[in-house]
Amino acid sequence: MSAFHHPSDALLLDYATGNLGEGWSLAVATHVSMCSTCQESLAEMEAIGGAMLAADVKPAASCDEDLWSRVAACLDDDAPLAKPFAQPAAQSAGTQSVAKSSVLPAPLRDYLGGDIDALPWRRLGLGAQQVVIETREPGTTARLLRIPAGQRVPAHTHRGQELTLVLSGAYHDETGRFARGDFQELDSDVVHQPHAEQDIDCICLAITDAPLRFKSLAAQLAQPLIGI
Amino acid sequence: MEMQVDQINPTHDRAQSTDKAMLPSASQAWANRQQAAATVNVEAQSARMHAMIEAPSRDDLNRLMQAVAHDRDRAAFRQLFEYFSPRVKALIQRQGATPDVADEIVQETMVNIWRKAGQFDAERASAATWVFTIARNQRIDLIRKANRPMPDMEDPSMAPAPEQSASENMVQAEEASSIRAAVASLPAEQREIIQHAFFDDKTHIEVAQSLDLPLGTVKSRIRLAMKRIKSRLGEIE
Repeated sequence: MSAFHHPSDALLLDYATGNLGEGWSLAVATHVSMCSTCQESLAEMEAIGGAMLAADVKPAASCDEDLWSRVAACLDDDAPLAKPFAQPAAQSAGTQSVAKSSVLPAPLRDYLGGDIDALPWRRLGLGAQQVVIETREPGTTARLLRIPAGQRVPAHTHRGQELTLVLSGAYHDETGRFARGDFQELDSDVVHQPHAEQDIDCICLAITDAPLRFKSLAAQLAQPLIGI
Repeated sequence: MEMQVDQINPTHDRAQSTDKAMLPSASQAWANRQQAAATVNVEAQSARMHAMIEAPSRDDLNRLMQAVAHDRDRAAFRQLFEYFSPRVKALIQRQGATPDVADEIVQETMVNIWRKAGQFDAERASAATWVFTIARNQRIDLIRKANRPMPDMEDPSMAPAPEQSASENMVQAEEASSIRAAVASLPAEQREIIQHAFFDDKTHIEVAQSLDLPLGTVKSRIRLAMKRIKSRLGEIE
């Protein structure tokens, strides 16, 4: 599968270089798991990193024997060699039904386990529900959102950045239609009004670094209730 | 910030790597050549020549990796250490780490290379690229104390990727020197942003702030740079 809406090259590059915060990285890694186009782009960026790493170093920076002895002390011949492409995440979700576990790709299963219905969903306003995802690094809020089928989220802008990745169902807004695997990257200057499509609840991963700013006064007053 | 991009002829590395059949082992192969290069240096009695001891090719490094993975070959690992440890240290220090922290990251990276050598897949990436990703992840773990969410390249919900066209996997298949030459050939304004991305610990948003550029400008320079690197490597083939 290759998604229709992708992260920008800039965001993917931040992820490739390791400079992107954990919350944002969770959205990028989850999208990349579902998108062969971005797997390819990421591999290209990492290849540039490899080429930068392999550049010549000054002769003065030659072999550090002290460091070698520290490394050599950690080498253990008897330690089993890590298996090729071990996937602990897939194993932990092994007994889940395919339908359930496939809603959450591996990067999310690492944080939440495999069963989306067993998560501690908390009610927000307007019939929406959320699960906040704990990350080790502060600065962003990562959450799963479940927007009821047909629900319109009040128009809002963002004080900071927002990344949204659709896991199930679909929504559309002023910029297009977003279904499973699609990634939306919003900066503070964009006003949008997502509208979940009929028939099936829309489940998204949403990462923000500041509370949303709703346009209408009514939605602003309701914000503590809506909770995001 | 100046980037040191070596201007090696892109065909140079590849010409070196056609001798695999006649060599007894990966570690021996490179050792022999290092020795030959060192002898030349002594004859030339030039300190400057020392810096030019030939770098192992992509194939050399692959063979060393395979020797570590399959034979648990410590001599091969020692050669990987000699090649990678100063490079990982230089990169990590350039990204702002102190020498002590950089040493810790080098140590963890090298131990991980030994332990995870079986996961290295020469079809997917060069050894240098694989080591880059390990060092990157160690930096996130040790400096930022953050988790690194990792994509699952074999996600069961994903249909098999279409066969890669030659143009798609071009970048990954290139020798490091060709990729660096492609980066060096970028227009200055694009090259600058790519350098900041790899050599600073800044996101593109932070780079835009530090250079006082609009976010959209930084984003489009990165997009254009990636496109140019790909097409430039396409021309070389």
